[in-house]
Amino acid sequence: MRTVSMAITSSAHPSRIIGSCGSDIADSVTMSCGTAPGRLELIATRCINGLIANELKPDSGSATFISGMRAFTRTLDPRCYQIVVLSLLLAYGVLALDFGIHWQNAAAIVITAQLVQFIGTRAAGLARFDPLSALITSLSLTLLLRTDVVVIAALAATIAIASKFLIRVHGKHVFNPANVALVTLMLLSDRAWVSSGQWGSAAISALALACLGFLVLTRAKRAETTLAFGLAYAMLLVGRALWLDDPLSIPLHQLQNGALLIFAFFMISDPKTSPNTAVGRVLFGALVAGIAFTIQYVLYEPHGPILALITCAPLVPLIDGRIRGNLYRWQHPAGTSAGEAKGVY
Amino acid sequence: MRILVTALAATITIAVSTTAQAFCGFYVARADTNLFNQASQVVLVRDGDRTVITMANDFQGDVEDFAVVVPVPTFIEREQINIADNALIEHLDAYTAPRLVEYHDGDPCARYDMMREMGASNAMPSSGAALQDSGRALGVTIEASYTIGEYDILILSAAESNGLIRWLNENDYRIPKGAKRVVDSYLRQDMRFFVAKVNLDEQSRLGYSRLRPLQVAYESNKFMLPIRLGTLNAKGKQELYVYALTRTGRVETTNYRTVKLPSNTEVPEFVQQEFGDFYRDMFARQTIEENQRAVFLEYAWDMAWCDPCAADPLSPDELRRLGVYWVDDQSTGRIASSRPQNVFVTRLHLRYDRTHFPEDLMFQETGDRQNYQGRYVIRHPWQGPTTCDATAYKTAVRERQEREARTLANLTGWDIDDIRNRIAFIGGAPPEPDEAPWWKRIWR
Repeated sequence: MRTVSMAITSSAHPSRIIGSCGSDIADSVTMSCGTAPGRLELIATRCINGLIANELKPDSGSATFISGMRAFTRTLDPRCYQIVVLSLLLAYGVLALDFGIHWQNAAAIVITAQLVQFIGTRAAGLARFDPLSALITSLSLTLLLRTDVVVIAALAATIAIASKFLIRVHGKHVFNPANVALVTLMLLSDRAWVSSGQWGSAAISALALACLGFLVLTRAKRAETTLAFGLAYAMLLVGRALWLDDPLSIPLHQLQNGALLIFAFFMISDPKTSPNTAVGRVLFGALVAGIAFTIQYVLYEPHGPILALITCAPLVPLIDGRIRGNLYRWQHPAGTSAGEAKGVY
Repeated sequence: MRILVTALAATITIAVSTTAQAFCGFYVARADTNLFNQASQVVLVRDGDRTVITMANDFQGDVEDFAVVVPVPTFIEREQINIADNALIEHLDAYTAPRLVEYHDGDPCARYDMMREMGASNAMPSSGAALQDSGRALGVTIEASYTIGEYDILILSAAESNGLIRWLNENDYRIPKGAKRVVDSYLRQDMRFFVAKVNLDEQSRLGYSRLRPLQVAYESNKFMLPIRLGTLNAKGKQELYVYALTRTGRVETTNYRTVKLPSNTEVPEFVQQEFGDFYRDMFARQTIEENQRAVFLEYAWDMAWCDPCAADPLSPDELRRLGVYWVDDQSTGRIASSRPQNVFVTRLHLRYDRTHFPEDLMFQETGDRQNYQGRYVIRHPWQGPTTCDATAYKTAVRERQEREARTLANLTGWDIDDIRNRIAFIGGAPPEPDEAPWWKRIWR
């Protein structure tokens, strides 16, 4: 049975909804999803509404710059940051790193994702259409999926978004949308692949990616999964190097991988597919790291992290079932924005 | 003291330039691997887990001193090692080499529009028993030893690297500093080693003066090339060419960036005389620009054809000898096509050392079948008589020549004024220096 848990959460925090991205224009959203410009305008409107609402807040208007910024970031839907950062990364990849992303693929992914999201919204009987999560998935897919067949690009977007509506347990979708699409297509087609080495290992860009990604995460308040994954993966790589008596430049090189950072900061951190509790998220992050390491450095197969995430995803409902003690904390985390609670689909 | 060559290293090839006509211009020159010193060449045939690797060695010296230690991802048996002909790799090198093509402008009066069209169309077992005994005492297991062609092959599996290293020392091989550590690491990753050394009797009997490439066929999910041992005994940076032959599409590295070299650019006419220098300097500059950590794509093409052809595509027979087992076998009586099918070739070129390439090269096959080649274009202006006012044409050519000069300077780092002086600008003198803004000349 599908549930719209966002409605429950929203009503529990009415004060947070006002001013957060999208919630205040929910009614108009459902109707304005016909064309791409309409959607873009919508996203911009929703993010800007966050800004306007912030300015209207009496307690932040006279505060210092820092507290003002804090208030501002608290008000903004974290997904807006994600969209901005992913767009910047995409621009960097295309302009500076020559990723060879076909614009037709990007367009096919974005349009199909929104279309499937719209159909899914209607079919699930949701009150409003929410384009933000689907846009984030589109950007992730555009960044990671490589193919020279437009149909595969569109298929990726379809699988990603449809999986959110179709594969659900306890009101949450099981698989990270971009992850399930990538793995499915990599396994089914030899015309789709992931170029994990294309980010290069220049330390500076790795650092930049990490910082930008962390910015997104701090707003998402879901840093445990990423931190646990990153720490466990780094420890395993360093441990392997020590066991092999390899120079530490090797694990360092392995960690300075742009695709790994994008995975850690933008895929595994997905609040909708990670466990509800902090303990569960740490466990989950470490588990994904262990399996990713095994795939990559014991079985010597590429794309360890992406494959590990899809392997571990079905365990999330089990983890949530076993570790219930902290469930309450997730429903009322301090400083959680309404936007985080929304977008279950 | 013998010299141990612990690299996947290769022969320097001597290639002969040929001229062939093709749709995309006249092929005039190519940049062979012999442009670079210490160049190794490796052919990787990969299909699923099946791998055939062909290694050409650039060892130059007394073959008596020669031995190569090759790490392989899995245990191999005698039948899995073979000796190939140098000609195969030379042909593959010639077929995939970056190329220079030329166009001749037509009579501007007869076909005035041609220039614009062309501008737009720029898309373009021996002593084994004794060795075995000495090996056992040292804790190294010699799993097999035999003679193939002019090589004595020893397959080693040491419980620890001390055994292998001591065995090599005892046999008078000079071990590069740090080799023990790397050998130890490989052994812990379940990799095996084989040692190939030249059997002088066999060599003189067979009559080969140059060492032939070694081939190994194995099945392993590790799609990789061990380069770490090679970085130990090298003086400075090494050049490595990897030719991947696959069924599906282009091959790229998963742990280093794979970058396409700038291609399809117009360069001044005089580059024809020094295409080798041009390519070497361009490659050096691009390497620096990528922080010396990139693998460069020089060619990615369906083996069935080429355009323009720097050399003919390899025949099905040649491909089979390189290990491409899935191409039509003419000996089976099947009607083999005149062209090999379903083979995609990727040529990768990297300049590596331990600092910038600390880890072995890991590869993956992608679904990308887009053709790419290193192609550079020269265009000869019309030199014949004109029967009309060709001022506009001449102006356009001068602009083009200036553009080509700047492109060349950007690609190679050569001095722009030297380049301009070497260009036969139509209408005489090069463009006035003040055509370029003054600030462009300050920090060059």
